[in-house]
Amino acid sequence: MEKKKKLLIETVVLGIVSAGLYFSLYYFEDTIMMWSKGYKESGWLFLTPLVVAFIFSAVHGTFTSHFWEFFGIKAKK
Amino acid sequence: MDFLNFGTYPELMFIDVIFLFIVGFIGGLVSGFIGSGGAFVLTPAMMSMGVPAIMAVASNMCHKFPKALVGSIKRAKYGQVDVKLGIVLGISAEAGVLVGAHLQQHIKETFGNVGSNLYVSTVFVIVLGIVGSYVLRDAWKIYHSGNHDEEEKVTALARWVRSIHIPGTMMYFSSMKSTVSVLFTIPLGFATGMLAATIAVGGFIGVPAMIYILGVPSLMASATELVIAFIMGMGGTIKFALEGQVDIRLAMIILAGSLFGIQLGAIGTTYVKAYMVKVVMGVIMILVLLSRGIVIPVYLSRLEYISPLNDSTIKLLESVSFGLLIFALSVGGFIILYALIHGMRAHQKQHQELEEPIATD
Repeated sequence: MEKKKKLLIETVVLGIVSAGLYFSLYYFEDTIMMWSKGYKESGWLFLTPLVVAFIFSAVHGTFTSHFWEFFGIKAKK
Repeated sequence: MDFLNFGTYPELMFIDVIFLFIVGFIGGLVSGFIGSGGAFVLTPAMMSMGVPAIMAVASNMCHKFPKALVGSIKRAKYGQVDVKLGIVLGISAEAGVLVGAHLQQHIKETFGNVGSNLYVSTVFVIVLGIVGSYVLRDAWKIYHSGNHDEEEKVTALARWVRSIHIPGTMMYFSSMKSTVSVLFTIPLGFATGMLAATIAVGGFIGVPAMIYILGVPSLMASATELVIAFIMGMGGTIKFALEGQVDIRLAMIILAGSLFGIQLGAIGTTYVKAYMVKVVMGVIMILVLLSRGIVIPVYLSRLEYISPLNDSTIKLLESVSFGLLIFALSVGGFIILYALIHGMRAHQKQHQELEEPIATD
């Protein structure tokens, strides 16, 4: 029961962080899209989509793993 | 409602976002299970929303590599990934992507958009016709043999490939428990990349090549394909990002759904028999082949190789083709979900009988 509670808390926290990332993408859309297009002005800004993709995959990927586990869907040993 | 809008990037409606999320989910489910898939629907789907072709390809690439990363880490936990083989094939696949993209560009400049579409559809039909029917026939034979639990047999071709020793080129791969010359792996990776650059799904060659030519077990081949997809996707994203073509909003919307899917697909592989990878892959390949085959007369008519088709016929053929693509992905997703639920129930029943712990992740 304690394990299930811990899993629930982790899932909710990760879900909130993941939702926060998506909200940030929506909220700072103009800046992020400008950076994505800003490769000509600044050499490294072209990496913006890659950095965003890595951050989202780490947070949202862990959240989705916890999500299914919370509902009892996990791999066979 | 204009849900998202920015400068030269396309406007997205709320319904588009929901559609991309759902297709991303099913695409992720299929990718987690067979190592690739989804792109053949996602790219045309984005284009139908008004996204320029190159941006649709770029955004698809940008969702593909983080998805493949998450999927390969998940399946590595289950001991299904041969990282070394994935990297070796992935590097040569990257070269294939570059050559394939260059060839595509050349065809487009010479024959225009219609010529390029005809080339892509012809490659689809030829490759999927040969490889898809072989994979499906093999799955059918295993299913009817009744030996579903039997260890997969290494093909005669794979045994021959492994028997060729070329000094200075041999590498040991844990998935094969054997050495193979990189002179065999390089062309396979290259062909995977070429196909990825042409039809967006390199795994339709990569996975069968690993199974039938190198003798890698099906589940390991599909998991290792995720490493190749990560390398190709990452390389492709850097290339398109340098050109400012990646629409990160599109990529992250698709990723939101696909990460839910890829977790399920990866979990599914621990409950099913190995031949199910071949069943899902074969069925999807044949349905996609039908979808692309249907529109070939449209391109032939536009190039005036056959008598012209009227507009309503063209529209009908194109709609049926796109519908078949969605159907192919949905059928694949349905088989995986069915196999997962069936496998989990059987395992639960077994557990109840034995009164042992069910599962760990």
